Amino acid sequence: MSKLIQINPTHTGPQYWRSLGELYNKPEFRDWVDTEFAGGAAETMDKGSRRNVLKLMAASFGLAGLTACRRPEEKILPHAKGLEGFIPGKAEHYASSFTLAGVSHGILVETHDGRPTKIEGNEKHPTSFGSASALAQASVLGMYDPDRSKSVLAKGKPTSWKAFTDAGLSLGQGEGLAILSETNNSPSLTAMKQFVMGKFPKARWVEFEPVNAGNSTAGAALAFGPGVDAHPQFDKAKVILSLDYDFLGIDAPSTLPTRQFATGRRIGEHAESMNRLYITEGQFSLTGAMADHRLRMRLSEVRSFAMQLGEALGVLPTGLNILGNTDKKTKFLNALVKDLKANQGAAVVVAGPRQPAVVHGIAHLINQSLAAPVLYTKSAVGGEDPIAGMKALAEDMTKGAVSTLVILGGNPVFTAPADVHFSEALAKVKTSIHLGLELDETAKAATWHVPQAHALESWGDGRAVDGTVTIQQPLIEPLYGGKSAIELLAILSGAPSVKGYDIVRGYWLAAFTGDKEAAWRTALHDGIVAGSASAEVKPGVDAGRIRAAAQNEPKASGAGIEISFYPSATCFDGRYANNGWMQECPDPMTKIIWGNAALVSPKTARDKGLADNDLVKVTVGSGSITIPVRIQPGLADNALWLNLGYGRQTIGRVGESVGYNTYPLRTTAGFWFAEGGTVEKTGEVFPVATTQEHHRMEEPQLAIGTPVTRPIVREATLEEYKKNPKFAEEMVEHPPLVSLYGDWAYDKGFQWGMAIDLNACTGCNACIIACQSENNIPIVGKDQVMRGREMHWIRMDRYYTGTDDDPQAVTQPVTCMQCENAPCENVCPVAATVHSPEGLNDMAYNRCVGTRYCANNCPYKVRRFNFLNWHKNITEVEKMVHNPDVSVRMRGVMEKCTYCVQRISQAKIQLKADARRAGKQVELKDGLIQTACQQTCPAEAIAFGNILDPESKVSKMKKQERNYAMLAELNVKPRTTYLAKLRNPNPELA
Amino acid sequence: MASAQHPLLEVNPPLVQGPQSYHAITEAVAEITENKTPRRWYILVSITGSITLMLVMMLSYLVARGIGVWGNNSPVFWAWDITNFVFWIGIGHAGTLISAILFLFRQKWRTSINRSAEAMTLFAVACAMIFPLFHTGRPWRALYWLGPLPNTDIVMWQNFRSPLMWDVFAVSTYATVSAIFWYVGLVPDLATLRDRATGLRQKVFHVASLGWRGSARHWRHYEMAYLILAAISTPLVLSVHTIVSMDFATSIVPGWHTTIFPPYFVAGAIFSGFACVLTLLIIARWSLHLEHLITLKHLENMNKVILVTGWIVGLAYGTEFFIAWYSGNPYEKFAFINRAFGPYAWAYWTMISCNVISPNFFWFKKLRNSIPVMFVLSLVVNVGMWFERFVIIATSLHRDFLPSSWGYFRPTYVDMCTFAGTIGLFLTLFLLFCRFLPIIAIGEVKGVLADQRNPGHGIVATSKVVDPTFEPVAMAPHGGGH
Repeated sequence: MSKLIQINPTHTGPQYWRSLGELYNKPEFRDWVDTEFAGGAAETMDKGSRRNVLKLMAASFGLAGLTACRRPEEKILPHAKGLEGFIPGKAEHYASSFTLAGVSHGILVETHDGRPTKIEGNEKHPTSFGSASALAQASVLGMYDPDRSKSVLAKGKPTSWKAFTDAGLSLGQGEGLAILSETNNSPSLTAMKQFVMGKFPKARWVEFEPVNAGNSTAGAALAFGPGVDAHPQFDKAKVILSLDYDFLGIDAPSTLPTRQFATGRRIGEHAESMNRLYITEGQFSLTGAMADHRLRMRLSEVRSFAMQLGEALGVLPTGLNILGNTDKKTKFLNALVKDLKANQGAAVVVAGPRQPAVVHGIAHLINQSLAAPVLYTKSAVGGEDPIAGMKALAEDMTKGAVSTLVILGGNPVFTAPADVHFSEALAKVKTSIHLGLELDETAKAATWHVPQAHALESWGDGRAVDGTVTIQQPLIEPLYGGKSAIELLAILSGAPSVKGYDIVRGYWLAAFTGDKEAAWRTALHDGIVAGSASAEVKPGVDAGRIRAAAQNEPKASGAGIEISFYPSATCFDGRYANNGWMQECPDPMTKIIWGNAALVSPKTARDKGLADNDLVKVTVGSGSITIPVRIQPGLADNALWLNLGYGRQTIGRVGESVGYNTYPLRTTAGFWFAEGGTVEKTGEVFPVATTQEHHRMEEPQLAIGTPVTRPIVREATLEEYKKNPKFAEEMVEHPPLVSLYGDWAYDKGFQWGMAIDLNACTGCNACIIACQSENNIPIVGKDQVMRGREMHWIRMDRYYTGTDDDPQAVTQPVTCMQCENAPCENVCPVAATVHSPEGLNDMAYNRCVGTRYCANNCPYKVRRFNFLNWHKNITEVEKMVHNPDVSVRMRGVMEKCTYCVQRISQAKIQLKADARRAGKQVELKDGLIQTACQQTCPAEAIAFGNILDPESKVSKMKKQERNYAMLAELNVKPRTTYLAKLRNPNPELA
Repeated sequence: MASAQHPLLEVNPPLVQGPQSYHAITEAVAEITENKTPRRWYILVSITGSITLMLVMMLSYLVARGIGVWGNNSPVFWAWDITNFVFWIGIGHAGTLISAILFLFRQKWRTSINRSAEAMTLFAVACAMIFPLFHTGRPWRALYWLGPLPNTDIVMWQNFRSPLMWDVFAVSTYATVSAIFWYVGLVPDLATLRDRATGLRQKVFHVASLGWRGSARHWRHYEMAYLILAAISTPLVLSVHTIVSMDFATSIVPGWHTTIFPPYFVAGAIFSGFACVLTLLIIARWSLHLEHLITLKHLENMNKVILVTGWIVGLAYGTEFFIAWYSGNPYEKFAFINRAFGPYAWAYWTMISCNVISPNFFWFKKLRNSIPVMFVLSLVVNVGMWFERFVIIATSLHRDFLPSSWGYFRPTYVDMCTFAGTIGLFLTLFLLFCRFLPIIAIGEVKGVLADQRNPGHGIVATSKVVDPTFEPVAMAPHGGGH
């Protein structure tokens, strides 16, 4: 007998791995792994040593082996434990929840063989309706972050969970125990909180969030008394005034306002009416870019404006402490008042989170007087002032009144207001326990750090803005053995073996009535708990209280430079700093990536002698920071804008030392803005990277010739459009277009096309991250972006019109246009880019040799070249986020948007199989195939489908008179066309 | 013609000055390859060889890391790579022009410079061919996918609509024909060297000279072959750069998409090629003491060609601007205004000063005959022509249709070292050529000498091919070592 036959068939590869997986899953073994390896893995932050490389390799192999066995242990629906009917290689979708700053969003997570790869919005969820924000989508990458906290740390030294649970904290009645949580919107966490507080009655519970809605809660309390939430119905409003509220951008509590606003702005096939948006703001926000009229002012002046408006509308008494007027302001105000009055019942005033409670109060007062379309509900979350809570806690910590502090997530050492001196206070606390995803500043400072399980790894629940509850289902076993906040509370209350699943399920089974098990399964499957939305109320506004508050409100001093803070659209409050997708996602307006800058208006820059990239020292009160300057058109003068979340020092390989920390300037009094700041040049410069300069569609003025405004984004007012609906197409005249090679008919089968409504697009970046996630688009880093080598297949172009000081801005998503007469195709020597019979401009990566001629000849510059091996430094863990349906491109190869050809193919295969089984013709239902960008777009600006089907949405959009093809004069016949943008200015302000 | 001194000799001085014997010419040229290698040759070769090694290192680094080590970006996907390619291809043109076209036009002054000009062509083409291959993202694939071989990797033919495919054919044909042309011209001289050599040298030249004995039959076949090759090469002078220009002209990029490119590129190529020949010959005639063979008249003639082609190039620049305005195409118009006044204005005005203004010094006979002046100007012209290609490529690409995608190109050290490396390669090859091969076509110069001795036959319109008296006269020197 040959030796081969002697091999024992039971000792085959798969069994070996499976048993290893089981071995790994035993807690003792996991603890051993924690103590044995995790400390070394943490060391990988110090780059470079040979030992680290070897260790990382070893850890990577270990993790690679585990990937196959990381399906969750507990039952999550629709799969039973045995995964009956599971088809390997076919994606599954699970409903879950994504929570940011105390607001949950219904999401649908795509998983491939047990690996979550992409997050989309849950169509059934009332505030996400299928769309997800850029931050929500990017959170899947955060889960695979190789720099995540991997083990329990005791005074910075790796130890095990067992050591932590055995540590024997003597909490007694909870004397000296404080629990610092992030904003809690979770019913099960609230239940755990009550349980813990019951066990330790003398303990205290504080909630703090650096980006919070404290002002709007306080404003609602001022107007209606506690416990009321106001939800403006933007879709029902004809006139909207935003008082410094970027409800289409970073201030938005969900994607709902964008959807509603786009609905109210949508123009059908014929000229109809659309809403009109006024805004007063200091920063140039996305909402400001969408606005028909924009009045820029320092944030401290907005309350004066609100009072003036209240006076003019007769809801506030005259004689309030109001700042002087400019001609522009008076004109704006007069026209606005008339417009609001004329649209009784369809006009709404909204105030932003940076504005003090009184501004919110005035907005509520005006809304009631206008019978504005606002839905009032009972408040779903608590109304404590997060800033005051944090301040009191820190004071007690400093006094030594807190002996044990439990920090349930968040990074208060980095994000707490500077004047509470949180890290000094923390040093006085005997035992501090930090639960966190990362080894961040707080983890380093706390005596205990315990790794947190990511939202995609743990059970939980949360409420959306309207109160709707979504159960958070885990999609994967915790990669690094983390625990969730409720599990940590269970440990603290002496029940270390209770699992998150039991807590959440137990809570809801108790809450449901009738067939509890069925209700639980339905809630898991649908991603919403039926009937959990907050009840509608009809509160009366307390005008007297608001008037009193308005009278007591101090006037803005106008002193110095006003320093304002806003959450970063990319790092948010800092928690996304190690997320490569977000670091490389350009800020929607400034287009800054991999860093931040102090934004100043052109006039302020001239006055202070500042230029782009100048490093300046910004001082306000006792704090000062150094940060580079970026001159941003359209800002309020004498103001300086800082975004939060950059400049993290203790974080990981992506976000470390990226940008400048602005928290040291933020105090409890000047939480959102502070007057009296100063700016001094240091004489040094620091290059700020952007993906796009301050380009206008107008050519720059050169020594000779008259600049021409290029008809790229085509825009008109509603009046102009009504007079000439075909204005967009008529903006360019060109000779008859003839092709040398003759045209293809493209008149059979499916012919894919896209239409993008520029009137709806707000430029929120959700499509960029959707595309990145769907198509495995690599990140390239700051240096490479500065060299112009970013890889995004869909980019968001932003152009300014008007003067530098007071411009308007437009955004335009640009993808591959899939030209029928594609200029890239005929220049490729190896035919690596060719046309499909369905009208797609296909890229055959295997054929590409990388001459880059196609990219030179692409008039839209949407082709992306792999100049280097962008996947070189990717760890094995990060590879798990890749979509297996899309090839990862090697260096030297050209790539570009494919209209998500993998989705098209998948649907076609399914349709063909179904049709064959049913013995019918293949029939494509419009909307079955959605590109990733289209799927997530909160404004529904993108339509994709078969242009030969006259009933498809894309065909209908292309039939509209606003439809135009960008650069059609080149005879490239793009399949993607745009619907021209409209603005609806008030004729009185023309 | 009866007079002893032909009247035209006053205008056209004799092409061979100094010792007027066949033997002296053979000695002057052949000795260079036979004498002990001078020390300065070693010094020069070690310098240029080191630079060539740097090229090898840079290309290895490029292949190992990717195109990202260069400064190329989006939107400037082509930059120094293609600039260098077009630059070197252009340099090569003078060689073919001198060998083939001037041969067909019976311009006898070409005889003492054609050999080195042809060698220069080959070396320049070698430098040029590095770039189309190595500028691709995956050169290991480009190497054979660009060859017109059906293969299993791409399972189909190449795209013959792509100008890059045309380039592959144009440049490879050009390289092949130039090499054959050069080698055929070398055969009689290799035989001369063989006859003078001993030992290993003799064996090598024995093989290389293909059994040449200098018989009348040999000469007849040789002349016919040379004529045919000259006829084949002639269209190549026009075709290669025409096709190279189509890389740009067939695109839709404003600033590239123009029909003037073929003649404009060819004129530019001749312009830069002559300047480069001039640079090398001035050095060679001085260092190898060949002033009597490469005379001032030769140099002056080349200066005239530079002046004429410089004006053609200048006219082309002007025409581009005129058409940009006349076409009414706003993108085109902007591309040209931006070229002259945008961020790359410095490159544009460098180009204008070098290519349009500097050749005008050659209007003056005194400057045309001044070695230092022409040496400096020949270098200036080549700088200008490099910038011309850079201006066309980079400034057109950096700002095209959508302002959102505008950018700027900055070279990296790898860009610079790669380009410097090709100069090193070019000079190394040229130095090797000077050392080991006859840098002047001995046989052809002797033919001119024959005409000079019988002025009634020569200067104006005779040709060694058609003149029946030519062969017996010219044959004599070639029997062997005089």
